[in-house]
Amino acid sequence: MSSKSIEGTGGAGRAGDKVFSGITLLAGCLILLVLFSVAVFLLWQALPTFMADSADISGGEGFFTYIWPLVIGTVIAAAIALAIATPVGIGVALFISHYAPRRMAQGLGYLIDLLAAIPSVVYGAWGMMVLAPALVGPYTWLAENAGWIPIFSGPASQTGKTMLTAGIVLSVMVLPIITSLTREIFLQTPKLHEEAALAMGATRWEMIRMAVFPFARPGVISAVMLGLGRALGETMAVALVLSSGGLIASLIRPGNQTIAAEIALNFPEAYGLRLSELIAAGLVLFLITLAVNVIARWIISRHKEFSGAN
Amino acid sequence: MIFTVLSKGLAGLSPDFLFTSMGGMTGAVDNASAESGGPVLGGAYHGIVGTLLITLWATIISVPIGLLTAVYLVEYSNGGPLSRAITFFVDVMTGIPSIVAGLFAAAFFGLVFGPGVRTGFVAAVALSVLMIPVVVRSTEEMLKIVPNELREASYALGVRKWRTILKVVVPTAISGIASGVTLAIARVIGETAPLLVTAGFVNTINMNVFAGWMTTLPTYIYRQLMSPTSPTNTDPSTQRAWAAALLLIIMVMLLNLGARLIARIFAPKTGR
Repeated sequence: MSSKSIEGTGGAGRAGDKVFSGITLLAGCLILLVLFSVAVFLLWQALPTFMADSADISGGEGFFTYIWPLVIGTVIAAAIALAIATPVGIGVALFISHYAPRRMAQGLGYLIDLLAAIPSVVYGAWGMMVLAPALVGPYTWLAENAGWIPIFSGPASQTGKTMLTAGIVLSVMVLPIITSLTREIFLQTPKLHEEAALAMGATRWEMIRMAVFPFARPGVISAVMLGLGRALGETMAVALVLSSGGLIASLIRPGNQTIAAEIALNFPEAYGLRLSELIAAGLVLFLITLAVNVIARWIISRHKEFSGAN
Repeated sequence: MIFTVLSKGLAGLSPDFLFTSMGGMTGAVDNASAESGGPVLGGAYHGIVGTLLITLWATIISVPIGLLTAVYLVEYSNGGPLSRAITFFVDVMTGIPSIVAGLFAAAFFGLVFGPGVRTGFVAAVALSVLMIPVVVRSTEEMLKIVPNELREASYALGVRKWRTILKVVVPTAISGIASGVTLAIARVIGETAPLLVTAGFVNTINMNVFAGWMTTLPTYIYRQLMSPTSPTNTDPSTQRAWAAALLLIIMVMLLNLGARLIARIFAPKTGR
């Protein structure tokens, strides 16, 4: 009797084991399936665009002519964001990890987390209602005094809703990502390297330059790449801040557009071929960010092995 | 920035704002209140309802999948190609632009139910695409730090592996998992772009996620700023947008605090 019951529970347990491990495996595969189907469905819905007569596409000259200015606009916005956020982010991270007293470092860390938690639409609203009007003055000044540089050629926008404003808002949004990731990497620097550098008579800055930066370089690069991925795909800030238009060189005039904002602005009213055009644009964005992320992850994984050897 | 939101948002945050919708709000109403200096009518109740419902559904979808995947990665896989692929693609998924997730959900449901389907549920699917990787990552980290001795002790008592996982490993890590999930919710609750393309926008209250368009707080802010209810007097709309922004930030902050609190309350139970 007793042996039977033991066998009974054993059997049920074995079945449960199989079922449970099957379920977990299924969930794992489901994730792969989801990512795969993201690509497949976007491709499927975007197909009509690639098939269609080039005259039917917005702009009338085929999909490539339509998407090209958007890709450039996306890259410009992300580039501005990174140009601002990278030095500031690395500086703040360095300050937190190597200079600030513990209490202050904690406070700054909280602040950075807070910045990361604010929804993007709020950043957009802030950029639109506060930052853009505040930047009209500087833009006018730039147009008058640095107008000979193509990117500052006037006449400056009178609303401040320009590519440069969008880039600045984006830089505030990617700042938390870059800062928190680089801080982690700076903190991982082997203490022995740092102490050795200090023992050789290096000042603190020299120590950071000789011990911390070479160690952290791959990690910093991948942190910047992840920030780039975020900046490329960011929608609402650009959609709210930028008054869009055709591709122009000047960053302080209204104009330019990014892929993500183009989709958000036009999708609610789109149908038929226009819809598939926008989905094709989304596919392009997906591929760009996928490439950026894969490269970033690859650098990180290489870095992991490297630091594991230390 | 927080100061701006606070100073502009507090003015519009009233019980009326919280518990009325934009149903019947037209430009004329805004014009009247702007001219007479009366209070700004209309509110974000429909947006709050939409936000809560859509986020709830996204959580219902993504938490089981994310949890089980993490369990697979930590407990069952032996570092084979499949588990490495999952880890890698989960990382990649973290970087999917939110609007692409929205497009995916829209494209998927458009293919199945005919084009132009926009309901709260489609939005929930889009959000769960964004949410799953966050849940997987945090759960994985938490399961990894469960001491192996606990598992071995359980095996030694003759407990099956799946019972061990359900009764020993997961309960030990539950505080970390719960706070990870809360942080994931905080991340998706403020998403705007995917909702714009999946849930549409309405002025009235819609309690049903499976039918009809739905509004959430982020899309509400966006609409109030981009196309004010009254084109001539934009101030009431702007005020509503700031109030909604403040509300959204408060929700996100509460979730973040909640996550910390959960982690702190449950932490001693791990006995470490």
